[in-house]
Amino acid sequence: MIEFHSVTKRFPDGTLAVEDFSLVLPSRKTTVFVGSSGCGKTTLLRMINRMIDPSSGSIEIDGVDIASGSAVALRRSIGYVMQNSGLLPHRRVIDNVATVPLLKGVKKVDAHTQAMELLDTVGLDRALAYRYPSQLSGGQQQRVGVARGLAVNPNILLMDEPFGAVDPIVRDDLQQELLRLQHDLDKTVVFVTHDIDEAFLLGDQVVILEKGAQIAQVGTPKEILANPASDFVASFIGADRGKRRLAVDSTVSRSGDDVVLVDGAGYVAGVIEAPGGVLPGAGAGVSTNSRARSVSNKTDQAGDA
Amino acid sequence: MNLFLDALNFMFDPANLTGANGILSRLVDHLWYTGLSMAVAVVIGIPLGLLVGHTGRGRNAVVAVSSAARALPTLGLIFLIILYTGLGVGPLIVVLVILAVPPLLAGAYSGLEAVNRSTIDAARAIGMTEWQILFKVEMPLAMPLIFGGIRSATLQVIATATIAGYVGLTGLGRFLIEGLALRDYKLALAGAILVIALALCVDTILALAQRLVIPHGVARGLTRHPDESAAPTPRQHGRVSPAPSNL
Repeated sequence: MIEFHSVTKRFPDGTLAVEDFSLVLPSRKTTVFVGSSGCGKTTLLRMINRMIDPSSGSIEIDGVDIASGSAVALRRSIGYVMQNSGLLPHRRVIDNVATVPLLKGVKKVDAHTQAMELLDTVGLDRALAYRYPSQLSGGQQQRVGVARGLAVNPNILLMDEPFGAVDPIVRDDLQQELLRLQHDLDKTVVFVTHDIDEAFLLGDQVVILEKGAQIAQVGTPKEILANPASDFVASFIGADRGKRRLAVDSTVSRSGDDVVLVDGAGYVAGVIEAPGGVLPGAGAGVSTNSRARSVSNKTDQAGDA
Repeated sequence: MNLFLDALNFMFDPANLTGANGILSRLVDHLWYTGLSMAVAVVIGIPLGLLVGHTGRGRNAVVAVSSAARALPTLGLIFLIILYTGLGVGPLIVVLVILAVPPLLAGAYSGLEAVNRSTIDAARAIGMTEWQILFKVEMPLAMPLIFGGIRSATLQVIATATIAGYVGLTGLGRFLIEGLALRDYKLALAGAILVIALALCVDTILALAQRLVIPHGVARGLTRHPDESAAPTPRQHGRVSPAPSNL
């Protein structure tokens, strides 16, 4: 469990990145900080492993103030995955994955054996172990980054827009992979993104942030979608523009069992399964809104933030 | 052409090879001046350059001082120092160190500066200490430029150590100076050729050493940041702005 207690961060240049932020991030769940550029979400993440120290307030991990120990020891106990992988370009993949265990004094043979297993875990061919990072594709590099983050078997995994720089198809792959990993490994994941779809897909707890890391809303994706707390949230998740509010398109003649759905602007958003042309449980009160996640509505939101 | 042959004849005459004023003895002296100066210069220049490169502080001051040092006329400086200290190896070493430090500094700090900031940030975020970042990340990645600075400085020192002959010391420059004084141009030419040959030999040795020192992945040009294009780059055995000798 990670707890923020009235954390404020003012940078030397006067920027107030985080103002009086308090939140509990539950263990073994994925918490996603989502917001526009400059909202302080990355600052929040980097305060957890003391890459940035708060100006005031405190952060506790399982009840222990993180400022009490050494920053280096803290960082070595937390997995960190960033955009563009942050791999050491002069080291082979396997040495990159084994970096932190080796720093901690694990024997090279053991560290390498474990690194190989981690490559399996993140779905990378072992043949890539002796390549240099620049010889890998962007998606493969991110997988190596995740493997390195997992190498110390941390309880906490921090992910700073890890899939921001890969193409949409690879991003989908990596997101699915992360969901699978999280299902298997049960880490406390803190994930930063500006992509609300990604946040809703990955997050058990989604935190929508405004400037100064002010919490606009915190909740499960369902709660946020069903009840946006403010106009800002509604706008951010795309509800106000009708992107999340889907309707059955009556203009398309049906063939088969699927019914075409359109969003508020009239664009095709996906289909919904309706055996025999009847929506399951259809009645006046059924909101297609909440079903939107179960159909393929991933066509619009990518560049929303 | 005759003069050139005469010079070669002088160089390969066994009688001139040995003895107190022979080529070998002066070669050893020349290497001694060079080695001593470089050792002192490396001890001063590299750590200072690494410090500036790692912290990013004091860069402007270092640039200003090393540019000024590069502009100092070595020959004038050595006579100035000798006026105060008298003859000896000391003044020579001082001026050669002043000559060698700027390229070493430049190599070290520009090498470190060229290391991608996000790589360093990542190294810190996964729990490397500042020393580990310096020795395991920054220095390996900066090694081509650091070593380029060492090669550049060494060549300048070998060339400039010829002034030892002017101030009562020996070294290969002695042939040059004696030859000019005695109007024995074959002797002067032989001295010049010997200095050039020594410089080329030492640079070749350093080039070989560079292969051992620079990590594989760096030497193969594989260390570009993932942001950059996937096209392979040529090996980067860059020299750092080879400044002309100030003789």
